[in-house]
Amino acid sequence: MSEIKSNIKKSLDNAEKLNETLNSFLKIEREYALNRAEELEKSSDESPLKGFAIAVKDNICTKFSQTSCGSRILGNYRPQYNATAVDKLLKAGAVIVGKTNMDEFAMGSSNENSAFGTAKNPWDTTRVPGGSSGGSAVAVASGVVRAALGSETGGSVRQPASFCGIVGLKPTYGRISRFGLVAFASSLDQIGIFGQTSKDAAEVLQTVAGRDANDSTTAAVEVPNYADEIGKDIKGKRIGVPRALFGEGLDNEVRNAVEQSIENYRSLGAEIIDIDLPNSKYSIAVYYIIATAEASSNLARFDGVRYGFRAENAHRLREMYMKTREEGFGAEVKRRIMLGTYVLSSGYYDAYYAKAQKVRTLLKQDFLNAFDRCDAVLTPTAPSVAFKIGEKTDDPLAMYLSDIYTVSANLAGIPGISVPCGLSSEGLPIGLQLVGKHWSEAVLLNLANAYESQFPLGAKARFSVAG
Amino acid sequence: MKEGWEAIIGMEIHAQLATETKIFCACAANFGDEPNANTCPVCLGLPGALPVLNEKVVELGAKAALSLGLNVNETSIFARKNYFYPDLPKGYQISQYDKPFSSNGELTIMTAERDEQGRAGDWKPLTIRIERMHLEEDAGKNIHEGLPEVERFSYIDLNRAGTPLGEIVTAPDFRSSWQAYDYVNHVRRVLQWVGASDADMEKGNLRCEANVSVRRIGEEKFRNKVELKNLNSVRFMQKAIEFEIERQIAAHEAGEPVNQETRLWDEKNNQTRIMRSKEDAHDYRYFPEPDLQPLTVSKQFIEQVKADMPELPDAMHDRFVEEYELSYNDASQLVSDKDLAAFYEATAQASNNPRVSANFILSELLRELNNADKTAKDSPVSAENLAELIKTLDAGKINNNQAKEVLTEMFGNGKSADEVIREKGFEQISDRSTIEKIIDEIVEKNQNQVVAYRGGNEKLFGFFVGQTMKASGGKANPKVVNEILKEKLS
Ligand SMILES: [Zn+2]
Repeated sequence: MSEIKSNIKKSLDNAEKLNETLNSFLKIEREYALNRAEELEKSSDESPLKGFAIAVKDNICTKFSQTSCGSRILGNYRPQYNATAVDKLLKAGAVIVGKTNMDEFAMGSSNENSAFGTAKNPWDTTRVPGGSSGGSAVAVASGVVRAALGSETGGSVRQPASFCGIVGLKPTYGRISRFGLVAFASSLDQIGIFGQTSKDAAEVLQTVAGRDANDSTTAAVEVPNYADEIGKDIKGKRIGVPRALFGEGLDNEVRNAVEQSIENYRSLGAEIIDIDLPNSKYSIAVYYIIATAEASSNLARFDGVRYGFRAENAHRLREMYMKTREEGFGAEVKRRIMLGTYVLSSGYYDAYYAKAQKVRTLLKQDFLNAFDRCDAVLTPTAPSVAFKIGEKTDDPLAMYLSDIYTVSANLAGIPGISVPCGLSSEGLPIGLQLVGKHWSEAVLLNLANAYESQFPLGAKARFSVAG
Repeated sequence: MKEGWEAIIGMEIHAQLATETKIFCACAANFGDEPNANTCPVCLGLPGALPVLNEKVVELGAKAALSLGLNVNETSIFARKNYFYPDLPKGYQISQYDKPFSSNGELTIMTAERDEQGRAGDWKPLTIRIERMHLEEDAGKNIHEGLPEVERFSYIDLNRAGTPLGEIVTAPDFRSSWQAYDYVNHVRRVLQWVGASDADMEKGNLRCEANVSVRRIGEEKFRNKVELKNLNSVRFMQKAIEFEIERQIAAHEAGEPVNQETRLWDEKNNQTRIMRSKEDAHDYRYFPEPDLQPLTVSKQFIEQVKADMPELPDAMHDRFVEEYELSYNDASQLVSDKDLAAFYEATAQASNNPRVSANFILSELLRELNNADKTAKDSPVSAENLAELIKTLDAGKINNNQAKEVLTEMFGNGKSADEVIREKGFEQISDRSTIEKIIDEIVEKNQNQVVAYRGGNEKLFGFFVGQTMKASGGKANPKVVNEILKEKLS
């Protein structure tokens, strides 16, 4: 068997085998992927990702596979078109082996909101993989694929990357086309990338980044050659640390690991600077107003009229809408639609949505001020290691706080990356987060690469591909 | 209107901008095609699809605004208007809200009340405030008849979903149904004139809604208003407003409540009827559309659109009155249609006789066009040919009746005026010696009448003219005949 086909077959075999335990894929496209491997084998093109196995979160449209968004309301919905990012991957020769599990409509931090069962953390299957892009994180952490696409609205790539011990990159808003990414909160959403290493992530970013005529919010900013940038010396790079954020709610083991990583960076020649992000304390509140407001509107199209699930036994239009959405959406999605509807309602708009937008501007300004003095800001990615399945399901507020370090980057539209930086006493991975100014993905990848090459994690997930 | 009362009317006009493609996708903006033929992931509202603004919409929107004397804001913001309806695929309409394309404008129209027979009284200018003009996408159409199992199912055609609209909203500045009528006609003509919209109410590419309330003269506060919809022609609109004014006055006088509600015009029964009450009013939860950047329009772009703008009908009207010395009404009629105005101007210039050109076009050509169900644009007689005819008439080579006959002939076969005149043998005899010879013979034969005429019976002059014309086969130039007869009979 040819090399591409055998690699893809191995990936598919692993996916199927591990999926029984990990539930990271909602759909494994064996036949499709093998056919594609065969086609690529025949072609003489030397495309950059030729034969590269990749997994794609199930809220990114693929016309050769389902796009369920982890929701009953879409089920095995099959889009008519490929997302721009998917088209770019295919054009570069990548082979998409399947669609990955996720919190319903990307709403969640644990994958427990998937309508199709929780994906499990491969380091400890009694724990969550993080969310919402948990399935993609698990697919990479378990070695089924070297990279995967996820999506971020408030940390949905970085947080699961941290929980699963891999690299998770959320690029600048506007860096990757959102065309074909099913919207959760349009002004925050961005396709993100998981890699076993920052090099893997950089390779995929190189392929999917850039302006797209189908997405007015993408920018015509030049895409640098990340491979050239990633291996550079980081000596003299200035890393800002907002120590005020290292207080209450931060797990001790995580704090220690991150403090150690700061020392490690110093040892690599980086300059460590104290910075202040005074408005960060409002980030979760602002995030849950803006994200839910936009979601309440974005999810209106799931009405049972044209596609997806439609409730039976509804006799009037209103009844059809209500039953379809009652039965089709899960509890968290409904909670957020209601919150979002509320904050946009007449009489409440100014107090919530308009005010949140103002604070968002201040938050962004905090970062811009910080970046006058440093190249990146370092914090933990998440306040804890992966928590137990079920631990926070009854407490949405506690769940929301697991995004406390990540949501700011989405609100400010700036890039962020999570890099493994240590293991807890129970052997669970801990991630550090670096965020940078707009369009500075190359700087973040450079810093991440320097860290992982000098201070590798030195352990692998329990459930992962051998060798 | 009943003594002591006044009507307060505000208008909303939705004009479909005449683009080839939809506002946020590349689908054709065509109606009448196979249902759902002109759709794509964007206008179907499929998950993950995103809108991209069609630049042509901005250009036509600017044309529309500027032609109505409105400004174009340097920055406007698209916003989502959220509500559920099957013909609205995304569950929200992309519109504009607090930062519209154009705002705080003013428009002066000419308006006149009409009598019972619909005859206009004095035309007077009326300035109304235009609160805003914003850009938005249209919804699709629900279909409830003519398809299988319609008692169980409704059908949806999304061909219209995403066609671009300009919505023009006035302040409540109209005081009569005829003012509203003249306003809509003004807007309709101007939008057609500059090519911003086909503005055809029957085809649905111009739709209007009227907000109507009444109050006693002298009252400061507004009373409850009623929103009128389903106004499928300007005439229906006027009738609906008129009906509503009377209905509300009668209700107020009888002490019955006038509710804030939406009413439809029922053209079968010539009355308005309730569609929904205010309790069903939506909270549209507007917020800025995050999928689109703010729309910025440069001064340069505006200047370019202005520079490319044709002369507008009002300006042309005034120029016709001034330059060509036409009456107010004649000029109005000529600028009622852009092609007619252009036809007139070409004829006036080529014939060098603007007033006769106006008379001829308004009385003769328009009649021919109406009979043939044609407009100036497809007139079989070109402006050049018509001008030739007018020149011939002017030169006295044919008379007025002959000219009319020639025009009818030209209209039928497309020939030039000269050709038809020659074929018909209408060429006048203006040669003095030829006419003198005829007159000499007539004078010779009718000595009795000559004596009587010279004796003071001046009425007999007509007799000699008649005889001369008869003898010449109607071709003698009457002016020359008159002159010679006067000489010979004196
Ligand atoms: Zn379309």
